[in-house]
Amino acid sequence: MTSVLLGEGAHVAGSQADQLAAFDSAIAADERIEPRDWMPDDYRKTLVRQMAQHAHSEIIGMQPEANWITRAPSLRRKAILMAKVQDEAGHGLYLYSAAETLGTSREELLDKLHSGRQKYSSIFNYPTLTWADVGAIGWLVDGAAITNQVPICRCSYGPYARAMIRICKEESFHQRQGFELLLALSKGTEEQHAMAQDAVDRWWWPSLMMFGPPDDESAHSARSMGWKIKRHSNDELRQRFVDICVPQAEALGLTLPDPDLSWNEEREHWDFGPIDWEEFRQVLQGNGPCNEERISRRRQAHEEGAWVREAAAAYAAKKATKDHLPRDGGVRDGDKAEATVSAR
Amino acid sequence: MLPLADDALVLSHRLGEWAGHAPVLEEELALANIALDLLGHARALYSELGDEDELAYLREERAFRNCQLVEQANGDFARTMIRQLFFSAYQELLYTQLAALGHPLATKAVKECEYHRDHAEHWTLRLGDGTEESHARAQRATDSLWRFTGELFLPLGPGGPGGTPELDGPDLVGAVDWDALRRSWTDRVTGVLDAATLTVPTTEQHGAWAAGAGRQGLHTEPFGRMLAEMQHLHRSHPGASW
Repeated sequence: MTSVLLGEGAHVAGSQADQLAAFDSAIAADERIEPRDWMPDDYRKTLVRQMAQHAHSEIIGMQPEANWITRAPSLRRKAILMAKVQDEAGHGLYLYSAAETLGTSREELLDKLHSGRQKYSSIFNYPTLTWADVGAIGWLVDGAAITNQVPICRCSYGPYARAMIRICKEESFHQRQGFELLLALSKGTEEQHAMAQDAVDRWWWPSLMMFGPPDDESAHSARSMGWKIKRHSNDELRQRFVDICVPQAEALGLTLPDPDLSWNEEREHWDFGPIDWEEFRQVLQGNGPCNEERISRRRQAHEEGAWVREAAAAYAAKKATKDHLPRDGGVRDGDKAEATVSAR
Repeated sequence: MLPLADDALVLSHRLGEWAGHAPVLEEELALANIALDLLGHARALYSELGDEDELAYLREERAFRNCQLVEQANGDFARTMIRQLFFSAYQELLYTQLAALGHPLATKAVKECEYHRDHAEHWTLRLGDGTEESHARAQRATDSLWRFTGELFLPLGPGGPGGTPELDGPDLVGAVDWDALRRSWTDRVTGVLDAATLTVPTTEQHGAWAAGAGRQGLHTEPFGRMLAEMQHLHRSHPGASW
């Protein structure tokens, strides 16, 4: 979409209507909106909110899995888990950068996370109690995330869509690894099998809640779909996820904790039991099992890191005025950390 | 090669403890990246000696031959970075020599070590020459970790302290020029500390117990707790596969 803002000599009167018309027709034609394009304020705000929440979820989501890095039962699994948590930090970076194209900053968004003004996915307020939870998170939580996120690869906002393409590739990989972890447990000793079943029992319903409230209670859904930020409704995606999971659970040799689960010939979908929306509301309101720990831990990391960020900024400022490189010139260009470290 | 494998495993584990705690998102990535590289080195070296999981999970504290430097607790970010500076400079120089002697893993790993050293040097400069607080923290870390550096230059291999021919393999590490390694390391590290406006300690480098203790399985107290956490699940399910 070309920017109507740049049209020199355009009439000032009526330009707002022209801009809106150009935006609407770009959306209707399935064109991508780019950072320099005009966009309605509410579209911008909705995207900032959604992308920030998404980025925060990646960052908070590191915690339940990092909980098991130091206890992973084999070196292979430990390497896989470390790589995954590293990927999540990377996803957080992509998403904060994408959100920054809308005129906000990572610092501002982190402030909002730390002060509770912006949310993260409710799923990360559940604890990882056993090693099998790492597998259940990979299979179910990443599986639900992918079901949600693949349609965002076609989102109307270009930077978000492009970030999601990269993220979804890595997420699918994590999801397969989670499945494979659970399979190893399910086919392992009796204790390992029980551990896997217990994890699936605890993560199944919270994973279904990841798709958000039912369609008739979803406040922003219709508008987001109109803007092509969302492509499918919460209930549609939730159904798609259940349909994918049922045969996978069978392949795993594990059951899903829902007595109402049954194949519906007529709909050609799996019927499933009612979700405990009261629990969902409680978790969203901050009363889940780990809300307090997750946010405290994040704040603590940020506060304890303040002196490091200040040091990096002070050093960069000094370096801008005089040469501080070691005498032998051993510092090479393109240092990964230096390029992007910023003060608070 | 067992001491080198243990060094890599233990330091990787310590760096893994940073996940979710780093001062800035970029460092979540960098620390996890380095931890993964080191874990990769450990796995490759263990695989030359036997079963990697058996070696990592079923040996007790006294059988681990890592140097005491890598088992030191993370402390604050400055302590972690100075530990990285000391160790990565050592590992890069050692692997460079081993690569020249034809060790295939060292040849592959030396590029990663270079990145780790580069990362640690940059942070040493930023912290040492950053703010008053960061300077004080970096100096404290330097002073407190310095005593563990002497152990790095004791000859490894069947002839070194605690050497066991069956686990050390061919006498490749025996061909390392340890005096040259110490000189290069000292030049490198003191050069960076100088540039970072930090004072190079003049205190002893003999470690806890005595120099070379870690290489003989004599470790510092926090190490046992680290191993307990690392090995607990694996040991709780004898014979299980994961």
